[in-house]
Amino acid sequence: MSPALPAVEGRAVQATGAGALPAAPRLRRSPWETRALRSTLLTAGAWLAAIVASVPLFSVLYMLIVRGGSRLSWEVLVELPPAGFEMGGGFGNAIVGTLVMVGLGALISVPVGIAGAVFLAELGPNSSLAAAVRFAAKTLTGLPSILAGVFAYASVVLVTGTYSAPAGAVALAVLMVPTVLLTAEEAMKMVPRITKDAAYGLGCTRSQVIWKIVLPTAMPGILTGVMLAVARAAGETAPLLFTALFSSYWLVEHGAVGLMRPTASLAVLIYNFAGMPFENQIELAWAASLVLVMIVLFINIASRLLGRRRA
Amino acid sequence: MINQVATNGHATSNQNGIVIDCKLKQVYYGDFLAVRDSDVPIEKGKITGFIGPSGCGKSTVLRSLNRMNDLIRGFRFEGHVHFHGQDVYARNIDPVVLRRYIGMVFQQPNPFQMSIFDNVAFGLRLNRFRGKVGERVEQALTRAALWDEVKDKLKNNGLSLSGGQQQRLCIARAIATEPSVLLMDEPCSALDPIATRRIEELMIQLKQNYTIAIVTHNMQQAMRVADTTAFFSVEMSKGGRTGYLVEMGPTQQIFENPQQKLTKDYISGQFS
Amino acid sequence: MSIVLEGARSPDSVATDPSSWDVLADRLFRGLAKAAAALILLLLAFILWQIGRRAWPGILEYGVGFLTSTTWDVGRGHFGILPAIWGTIYSSFLALLIGGFFGVVMAIFLTQDFLPPRLAVVFRTTVELLAAIPSVVYGLWGIFFVVPAIRPTANWLYEHFGGIPIFGSTLSGPGLLPAALVLAIMILPTVAAVSQDALRQVPYRVKEAAYGMGTTRWEAILRVMLPTAATGIFGALVLGFGRALGETMALAMLIGNSNQLSLSLFSPANTLAALLALNFPEAGPREVQVLMYAALVLLAITLLVNIAGGMIMNFATRSIRK
Repeated sequence: MSPALPAVEGRAVQATGAGALPAAPRLRRSPWETRALRSTLLTAGAWLAAIVASVPLFSVLYMLIVRGGSRLSWEVLVELPPAGFEMGGGFGNAIVGTLVMVGLGALISVPVGIAGAVFLAELGPNSSLAAAVRFAAKTLTGLPSILAGVFAYASVVLVTGTYSAPAGAVALAVLMVPTVLLTAEEAMKMVPRITKDAAYGLGCTRSQVIWKIVLPTAMPGILTGVMLAVARAAGETAPLLFTALFSSYWLVEHGAVGLMRPTASLAVLIYNFAGMPFENQIELAWAASLVLVMIVLFINIASRLLGRRRA
Repeated sequence: MINQVATNGHATSNQNGIVIDCKLKQVYYGDFLAVRDSDVPIEKGKITGFIGPSGCGKSTVLRSLNRMNDLIRGFRFEGHVHFHGQDVYARNIDPVVLRRYIGMVFQQPNPFQMSIFDNVAFGLRLNRFRGKVGERVEQALTRAALWDEVKDKLKNNGLSLSGGQQQRLCIARAIATEPSVLLMDEPCSALDPIATRRIEELMIQLKQNYTIAIVTHNMQQAMRVADTTAFFSVEMSKGGRTGYLVEMGPTQQIFENPQQKLTKDYISGQFS
Repeated sequence: MSIVLEGARSPDSVATDPSSWDVLADRLFRGLAKAAAALILLLLAFILWQIGRRAWPGILEYGVGFLTSTTWDVGRGHFGILPAIWGTIYSSFLALLIGGFFGVVMAIFLTQDFLPPRLAVVFRTTVELLAAIPSVVYGLWGIFFVVPAIRPTANWLYEHFGGIPIFGSTLSGPGLLPAALVLAIMILPTVAAVSQDALRQVPYRVKEAAYGMGTTRWEAILRVMLPTAATGIFGALVLGFGRALGETMALAMLIGNSNQLSLSLFSPANTLAALLALNFPEAGPREVQVLMYAALVLLAITLLVNIAGGMIMNFATRSIRK
């Protein structure tokens, strides 16, 4: 008599006469069995979690559209911010300020980032300098944005003696450089070796290979990185809080462009107005948030499309 | 005419004119000895074929001629390669200069990501050619047997062509500046047999204007195309396999009457 | 044997030596590229030096007591950042519990074949868009949506379980919990993205082996995929934690900026970043010194956590490749 075989979940096994095969295992699975049930419950849980995690995005967008949209108008885009008890007003100067400071920041960070990436990807990829630079860049990506502001404060505001747009731009540039550098390096590393070989074979100097072949080929990837950095910088508040401060005036006044004074920005405006006890300002904060998020999302989606066209 | 009998490592010299005289003593990648003792003169107006089993260093030798191996870390060349009367491995020679006078076609077609016209014109513009670029481009494409197929779509991206067409584009690109020597590193290995045949026919035509050195892993290709053949082999050495030149001579002689046993064995397919 | 080079350069040849401009431009450009790379390294050093040197007078004056004192009195010159340090770590930890959990679950959800490709793109884009929303907008949303939304529940918990320290106060407005919740949403994308990478790097043969033995999907995930990707996921959590530590605006707007040391989820608190954000603009030179000291502390903490996270990720990718 053969010993009883241990019962295995899901299989009905019978001990038959010696030498006979065990009965065929039951392969069809009931969804109510413990293991299957557990798996189904977990899957339901995962779905639930995914939906819960997505809710905030839709909640934010919804409130932006409803509360921001209700105040959005042409006036709001071109007028100056209202003071305390004033009605009306807008944030035209803040839009300009954001564009100017992000633009200046990009002007500083993009060439430095791309040039540095050229060194990391092409000229000295295995050197100890490259390893140190990569480490520094990765560390800088984790730098809290407020510390970029503190740094710019110490390096620009204290030195020039005034809050200014360039000070804000420097703070933003510090935040942008690591992203531009690291994504540009990745983009350049993807240029196939054999294509570069062809250029070398024709007698190009290293700079010629980089300018004529590597940079043009990697440009979509580089631009994606730049746009992501720009989108992030546009939304930053902390670095501007005590470098550019805020202003209720236009950058251009009496025919002169005044960059070396406190400059408005959308992000700081939202922050300031959000804390005010005035309904008018709060409405403007929502409208400004809507404009800011639209700008940021637009850049994000554009960079995504650019990246996909490459493939 | 000085005729020397072919022996291990040296070759006959016909006073037709040797464009590149390679006298290779040792080639290292780091500590690894890749190739040793190979004297390979490349004669003007002829096609010289490099054949041998895989790993025998024939590509390494070819790429040493225009110092393409300099791009690989740890590469070291001991010996001389005379071109233009000068040793290209001399201390004061800039490889960039050298590569402008020698053209190269690679194993995998690698056109640039630009229009067909710009691909071919690339070398011309690089050398600041002040003449009629369009004419030169047409001439190069014609000599590469590609003109008829692309003359109406010169603005199309070079990568939109088929594999065989891309390789002919690369050939056109390499010959646009009329280099004196064209080096070809297994140019047909990524192509189908029909494309291969077209390129082989092309090579025989190109011989009229250019000196060609070609590496091929296909013996029959060498038989069809090469005037002179250099046979390389591998030997086991400490650290790996080291390649070396076994025998070099007129193709007919190498294939019908090889002097070395090793050559005979390879030709008859005893190893590959 | 002489070498004859008759017509080595064919008469039609167009080839020329590189011009002197080409050579000069090459050297110049290569030098500039190297300088740019070095500049970035120097930037990091410069930041450390700049903040350190401005903090030095503050360090000398207040010493280590700065880190343990709880008063913040500008008038009398007494400064202490213990509540801020506590708030930073407590809020980031809470955010990590929630955001980390959801982030990892999202990563599993997106990489373990739960979704048809198009739906996966939708969810993945949603997570990426969560990361794109600026911090200050989250703060605004937090004030006007999150706080009112959780206030009833919070006060109910206080009324019924007020004895437990974490429920030990009322939620009148800003406070730790709303701030932590918003912070969790902000770090979820980071944790999700890095965890997805970690899970994708698990070699296919490992997955095959698990399924080949007849595991259910979740058994394969929990017993095989997660453990294999564990180091990478741990790294994701560390990086998320690092991100939370440095987050400023949403916290400045939601945490209440009060220098209380409390365990309660509902009481207002403070973080280092929020402290800086709030006090810097109006600070006189003496306070600036002190704030620089606080900035240095924040810098030290975030650098340590981020470097640790980076090292864990390096270790993770290397061990998976083996």
